[in-house]
Amino acid sequence: MTLTEEQKRERIVRRIARELRDGFYVNLGIGIPTLVANYVPKGMDVILQSENGMLGVGPYPLESEVDPDLINAGKETISEIPGCCYFSSADSFAMIRGGHIDLTVLGALQVDEKGTLANWAVPGKMLKGMGGAMDLVAGAKRVFVAMEHATKDGKPKILKKCTLPLTGVEVVDYIVTELGMMEITAEGIVLREIAADVSLEQVQALTEPKLLLPQGGPVRMAS
Amino acid sequence: MDKRISSADEAIAGLKDGMTVLMGGFGLCGIPENLIAAVQRKGTKDLTIVSNNAGVDGFGIGVLLEKRQVKKMVSTYVGENKLFEQLVTSGELELELNPQGTFAERIRAGGAGIPGFYTPTGFGTMVAEGKETREFDGRQYVLERGIRGDFAFIKAWKGDRWGNLIYRKTARNFNPMMATAADYVIAEVEELVELGELDPANVHTPGIYVNAIFAGTHEKRIERRTTRKT
Repeated sequence: MTLTEEQKRERIVRRIARELRDGFYVNLGIGIPTLVANYVPKGMDVILQSENGMLGVGPYPLESEVDPDLINAGKETISEIPGCCYFSSADSFAMIRGGHIDLTVLGALQVDEKGTLANWAVPGKMLKGMGGAMDLVAGAKRVFVAMEHATKDGKPKILKKCTLPLTGVEVVDYIVTELGMMEITAEGIVLREIAADVSLEQVQALTEPKLLLPQGGPVRMAS
Repeated sequence: MDKRISSADEAIAGLKDGMTVLMGGFGLCGIPENLIAAVQRKGTKDLTIVSNNAGVDGFGIGVLLEKRQVKKMVSTYVGENKLFEQLVTSGELELELNPQGTFAERIRAGGAGIPGFYTPTGFGTMVAEGKETREFDGRQYVLERGIRGDFAFIKAWKGDRWGNLIYRKTARNFNPMMATAADYVIAEVEELVELGELDPANVHTPGIYVNAIFAGTHEKRIERRTTRKT
């Protein structure tokens, strides 16, 4: 169970990519979530939204195509795909808040057993701002958290109650980590899938609330 | 009618210490570079600046921070600027953080004659502290106020002498709302065109919102140049 950072990330984003469906409008957060774009199944039209005002985000541009007027929400230069469109930030967040985004993927510092999320205020640092995260969790139809299961020093990030400043209250639907896939339900966190190289005890040891198990137990997470 | 003026310096003749200025842009994309430079030259102080970000060290709003011209920033994310962090930490600069959708809608509302609105964003978080909340159809919402400025600084791609504007790609961002939400709205454009040259069906900001327009020169600095090989 000594995965590199890169292997953990790849496992997480590959699993989330399996939730994509043809015709989905998807907003990917900065960091691990952005990598989901690399695993969209071939032949499937998934339209990526960037909250600074674009639908139909393409890959990074070739050096010769770099355009300062064309960036994503992480301020990175990007490219267009045919059929893309541009709009204002107010229109962008009308889409987000109005429930038109099928799925969003965000990183997290903490998630609690009710799906309350903390992902914008890093302890001991100046508050830099929440950007669009609070609107995304309030408005998107499906909210996925993509994160490493525990902190660097092995402390749980999935808690009974978040202690950091909140992004949204009871907003997360699914958590995907390198150890498994969890669904937030009214009863608590259900471990739907578990990675092939860990035991239930190992996952529980890194998770503060008691994980609930589905009928027949969690299935092995495809990787 | 002719809203053209000769320079950014002339455009901000009426800008005074303590005023509120809305500035378009996302990161360094679509920012009013010429007007920001003119404010630095003029030396206006104690400004409240409403802008999604605060530029970077040495460019964008960063240059106004260097001369301590800003009293307060209303923004959504300010992580790209070391000086900014120092000024906030030392108490020299006041910072109000808004969720980005709330920020956009506050400006849109300010320009549309709407003093406040309810949003689900931020309910139960730090953002909702001290604000009125209300339940609609079983869900909780936070009351947020509209924003208006004394001035708005807009960056557009093309414009004509009546102030009709079009934007280019993601350089549009907050510019269209900000153009509606201030007492005096100045647009700096890359290209001033003759009346009738803009496709009327594709004007993004109708000229009614704009008070003054000029053509500027734009460096368009890139914050994060990311490319692929093939």
